[in-house]
Amino acid sequence: MINHSKPIAILLLVCAFVLNACSGSTSSEVRLQGAGATFPNPIYQKWFSAYNQSHPNLKFDYQSIGSGGGIKQISERTVDFGGSDAPMKDDDLKAAKGEILHIPTVLGADVITYNLPGVATELKLTPEAIAGIFLGNIKHWNDPQIASANAGVNLPASEIVVVHRSDGSGTTFVFTDYLSKISAEWQQKVGAGTSVNWPAGLGAKGNEGVTGQVKQTPNSIGYVELIYAEQNKLPYASVKNSAGEFARPALDSITAAAAGAATQMPDDLRISITNASGAGAYPIASFTYLLVYKDQQDQAKGKALADFLWWAIHDGEQMAKDLLYAPLPSEVVKRAEAKINSITNQGKPLRAS
Amino acid sequence: MKRRGRLADQVFKLITLLFALAIAGLVVLMIVEMARDSSLSFEKFGASFIWREVWDPVREEFGALPFIYGSAVSSIIGLIIAVPVSIGVSVFLVEHAPRSLSTPISFLVQLLAAIPSVVYGLWGIFVLAPLLRDTVYPRIQSAFGFLPLFKGTPNGLGLMTAGIILSIMIIPIVTAVATDVMRAVSRTQPEAALALGATKWEATWIVIQNARSGITGAVILGLGRAIGETMAVTMVIGNRPQISASLFDPSFTIASAIANEFTEATSEIYRHALVELGLILFVITFVINAFARLLVWGVTRGEGKGAHA
Repeated sequence: MINHSKPIAILLLVCAFVLNACSGSTSSEVRLQGAGATFPNPIYQKWFSAYNQSHPNLKFDYQSIGSGGGIKQISERTVDFGGSDAPMKDDDLKAAKGEILHIPTVLGADVITYNLPGVATELKLTPEAIAGIFLGNIKHWNDPQIASANAGVNLPASEIVVVHRSDGSGTTFVFTDYLSKISAEWQQKVGAGTSVNWPAGLGAKGNEGVTGQVKQTPNSIGYVELIYAEQNKLPYASVKNSAGEFARPALDSITAAAAGAATQMPDDLRISITNASGAGAYPIASFTYLLVYKDQQDQAKGKALADFLWWAIHDGEQMAKDLLYAPLPSEVVKRAEAKINSITNQGKPLRAS
Repeated sequence: MKRRGRLADQVFKLITLLFALAIAGLVVLMIVEMARDSSLSFEKFGASFIWREVWDPVREEFGALPFIYGSAVSSIIGLIIAVPVSIGVSVFLVEHAPRSLSTPISFLVQLLAAIPSVVYGLWGIFVLAPLLRDTVYPRIQSAFGFLPLFKGTPNGLGLMTAGIILSIMIIPIVTAVATDVMRAVSRTQPEAALALGATKWEATWIVIQNARSGITGAVILGLGRAIGETMAVTMVIGNRPQISASLFDPSFTIASAIANEFTEATSEIYRHALVELGLILFVITFVINAFARLLVWGVTRGEGKGAHA
């Protein structure tokens, strides 16, 4: 018996300690839980830690499990906020337990990166060339559809190796959404989605997978988030936008795309800004959103969340460029402000009080 | 004192029985849950899910055949390469190597088994795939390019590369088990054969014969690992759900499809189709294992005093 009592005593001690630690947290502490998109995760983490310094009682916990997971979890109210690159579909909104608001936070862009040994100049791609390559219709680099926009570039006759994402992702959604808008054949054959039935190429897992694959494979082409091409020093193409000019993906041209689209932004702020019109707009860009319930169940949490969102679209935006995210244009900030002010708790607005 | 001891024995027996039943219960529970979570795709596609070739999340058309094909062919390639190597290593370790050599080699083999599979995958992308693409595959193609197995443009990623990575990953487990089995087999027969003037090769053959049920078990264990392997394969197989005769073409396996697509499977039927893939993988591994057990059981019964490893 003596031998047995010792571990039990230790176990009891541990239990007591754990229980104590749990109940020991102060009641004024607010914990906000979120889940969703991986693309904005770096800036969200930066925001959380910066905001936490001025609001030490507020703790954030964001799981970057992907947009799909974020939508699912906020729909079931298992988290306080969700994150998604693509706006929620009408069906998903209907299925949610209450009215969900879309708060745009920052902008991102897919760039078309490539590995062409011996080509030092930056490529220019027309929408027709991009669709042709990813449909598998354009098979060689020296195809006239590519060459016509790249006079003076010595394109090799080698076969194009297309690399795409194998995992479902918001990056793919933005890219296929763009392709669906510029190519009727794509729209009809493939369509837009977080993962699609690719007509050509190889799949690699994650932005880092596509980056690695393009880097490894001569004559390859793929699409990744801007930051991945930038960090890996991969070249990326300028893309002809709907205004007919070649736009280079950069933070300014992404914000320009958003500003161009802002005028057509619907009331619920759900909008796709791929193939945006407007001077200098880079056409393969998108908002990323935080998803919150319009009517918050918990007063303290709701207030903290609304205040944080307000901070994010103002002070938070200042941090975006350092991390290679494009900040929201001022028109969109105004629209988002109105949304944040409409967040309520039992019908009472949380911000105005 | 004695009575208490007996009571304790009874209680202990009951508890262990409970644990044993819990395992069986867990298996049943898993099957039931997976069947429930794949009901939508069952309803829509029925049994045709198994032989449909299309995988289109946008139009919500799903079929498992390309994934089953990819899993099967990559594992078979892995086995074709790994089994002779593993048995060769085992024979060397058991029959020929001096102790000063066999200990470090066994240790190294076991070390290989402990490397996380994602590391194999990284190595596959950055070292193996370029090497195969630039030097090995072009040579295979110039020699055997007329065969449909080696047609197309090899870009380093595909069934063949996945099979090679898998073979490297299963060599340790097959070698370790095969070595143990050969060591466990009685030494009297081969030594008697040697005494009667048999050559070393003939004596070794007797050892392999006696250990063959155990070796079969080792191979099946390797197959089990190959078919369920996810990370390393997904990094080199090209992740394209297609059935192509050429081993240089990209493919996709069941395990890597689930790992890749589950996080963003937003629509209900998409998720159900992925769970059904999981169920198929479960059934396949179950059947393989059952088959292996039958095989081992048959051989050991036939031999009477064969390997008991």
